[in-house]
Amino acid sequence: MNTLTRELNSVAEPADQTQLHEEDHHHHQAPKGIWRWLLTTNHKDIGTLYLWFSFIMFLTGGTMAMVIRAELFQPGLQLVEPNFFNQMTTVHGLVMVFGAVMPAFTGLANWLIPMMIGAPDMALPRMNNWSFWILPFAFTILLSSLFMEGGGPNFGWTFYAPLSTSFSPDSTALFVFSIHIMGISSIMGAINVIVTIVNLRAPGMNWMKLPLFVWTWLITAFLLIAVMPVLAGAVTMVLTDKYFGTSFFEAAGGGDPVMFQHIFWFFGHPEVYIMILPSFGIISAIVPTFSRKKLFGYSSMVYATASIAILSFLVWAHHMFTTGMPVFAELFFMYCTMLIAVPTGVKIFNWVTTMWRGSISFETPMLFAVAFIILFTIGGFSGLMLAITPADFQYHDTYFVVAHFHYVLVTGAIFSIMAAAYYWLPKWTGHMYDERLGRIHFWCSVISVNVLFFPMHFLGLAGMPRRIPDYAIQFADVNQIVSIGGFAFGLSQLIFLAVVLKCIRGGEKAPAKPWEGADGLEWTLPSPAPYHSFSTPPEIK
Amino acid sequence: MVSQAKSHHKLIVLLVIGSVGMFGFGFALVPLYNVLCDKLGINGKTQNTASSYQAMTIDTDRTVTVEFIAQVQTGMPWAFAPKLKRLKVHPGELIRTAFLASNHADRRIVGQAVPSVSPGQGAAYFHKTECFCFNQQPLAAKADAELPLIFYVDPDLPESIHTLTLSYTLYDITDKQASDALEQGAAK
Repeated sequence: MNTLTRELNSVAEPADQTQLHEEDHHHHQAPKGIWRWLLTTNHKDIGTLYLWFSFIMFLTGGTMAMVIRAELFQPGLQLVEPNFFNQMTTVHGLVMVFGAVMPAFTGLANWLIPMMIGAPDMALPRMNNWSFWILPFAFTILLSSLFMEGGGPNFGWTFYAPLSTSFSPDSTALFVFSIHIMGISSIMGAINVIVTIVNLRAPGMNWMKLPLFVWTWLITAFLLIAVMPVLAGAVTMVLTDKYFGTSFFEAAGGGDPVMFQHIFWFFGHPEVYIMILPSFGIISAIVPTFSRKKLFGYSSMVYATASIAILSFLVWAHHMFTTGMPVFAELFFMYCTMLIAVPTGVKIFNWVTTMWRGSISFETPMLFAVAFIILFTIGGFSGLMLAITPADFQYHDTYFVVAHFHYVLVTGAIFSIMAAAYYWLPKWTGHMYDERLGRIHFWCSVISVNVLFFPMHFLGLAGMPRRIPDYAIQFADVNQIVSIGGFAFGLSQLIFLAVVLKCIRGGEKAPAKPWEGADGLEWTLPSPAPYHSFSTPPEIK
Repeated sequence: MVSQAKSHHKLIVLLVIGSVGMFGFGFALVPLYNVLCDKLGINGKTQNTASSYQAMTIDTDRTVTVEFIAQVQTGMPWAFAPKLKRLKVHPGELIRTAFLASNHADRRIVGQAVPSVSPGQGAAYFHKTECFCFNQQPLAAKADAELPLIFYVDPDLPESIHTLTLSYTLYDITDKQASDALEQGAAK
């Protein structure tokens, strides 16, 4: 009863919340120091842990990219052995996909979903703690394999058999176990998100009132549950093929290496939407705020997201056009792939229409959001080019593919995460970030990222294969430009670190709603958001 | 609160069943893949058993080129090559040819050839009445062998296919065979 009155008080007088939250601390005897973070079941703490973990992985994977770009600065072998180069490309991919992008989205989900739907916390707080804390172990295992005799995984993040079976290093078992742990973490996170959204919405928060970030994450969570177990199956088959004499992928024992690609991409294609759907939700929150208009076509956004998710299960073989599929299968996968451009186009047009005749201001989150819309569309178009079967025979396994997926993942997923960080930092820290430094970060990033990835299209069209440590002399000039862009982009991210640290340590006090055009329950809470929020569900009109 | 915990429980159970089910589905893709490829004849796998040949009309108006490719698993000390690289045959005609294998090692090695036909759609029309790939091929140290292959091309072969390429990859299965024998011995 006592707590209830207190919570009621806190709803009536949000200004007192900080004080109350301190009282709460004493009340629950919350552990201090490292134990607070190890034992925490609070969605905000866990969200923070996920976001910092993801940023550390982003820098780790980025360092590997710097090694790759340094080696490719000139033709010939200068800095690293080819085998180590292959480990760098492989682990860069794995760390960025499973360590940087996915945990960043899970961190944002933890911080934002309960506040957006008016829930006191995630539905399964203890599992939430587990799903985060097994991740550092997974990546310790994966990264430690780089220092072992024989080296870490060197078969590409796609670990095609027989590269990952007959020809892989002894440390492959560690790679497999780390993927298992990452998969379990993602599945637990996804279950938590679904249960939270389905059961803990505030009264009156019906399905078509859900913020789009919540919608896109709900759909992403279903994708995770559908495909992460298939990935777990694929790595298990690789494990038993390599160590226990099974022949899933070994032709000598009646298996089929092409089947590996089918199983892998059955996971892999939905996976790329796992890494972009939450971005769509973020952009759908930011664009209306800074255009000072309602989002255009809310319900079409929801249906488009769902269509993309369903179509993502019907397109996996477009990664395999050159494996010798029958023509009818190639055409089927080609048309299904092109069909995805329709719901994606709906989204792009909705964002543009939201901005149309809006009263737009360009704070850092909006700058990143606008860059996302333009650059993600470029990545989408190169994806359409790759979807054309006959053209794919030329582009396949060249730098054109590298350019394509970095446009959708770096200027797509990563830019949206940056936008989200700037947008919600005042809510998280209670301080405004340094706008000038934020803009410097944006302009450095957006220029260098294009110097880095745009020329890769031309390298690919000219025939430079991906995943090679050395290349023909005619690619030298463009590779140098690309490398310079790469170093500049890598360094630019340190500005982001500076902005975040500065914002945590102090700065202009942020009001509850620092963006005048913002809409959503999270802005009804004071900044910084109190440790416990919405213990009494808010009423949604 | 109690009812909420209950509804959490139900949803969690469903989602966990879903995840475990999808893990199973990953493995179910293996037989599914094999059945689909077999039924649709799409990945160039040929039958593992001998077909029978009944006298049939030979379509002398049509000529199909049959090419042979032989590969040896990396590191396997065998030489392996087709006796003839290219043949022109009429559909329905029974053809006998052979592959040559020689073991360069100082020990007995058991080989297993795995066939594949390209284009994949042609696989169903390529019939082998006798093939060394149906059995394991043991070769003593430094021994040579001529491995026979008898086949015919089905007269129903689609008009669009003019060339069939038969590729054999030879694998060293000596260790596998030894461990199998050990396991069988243990079972007895």
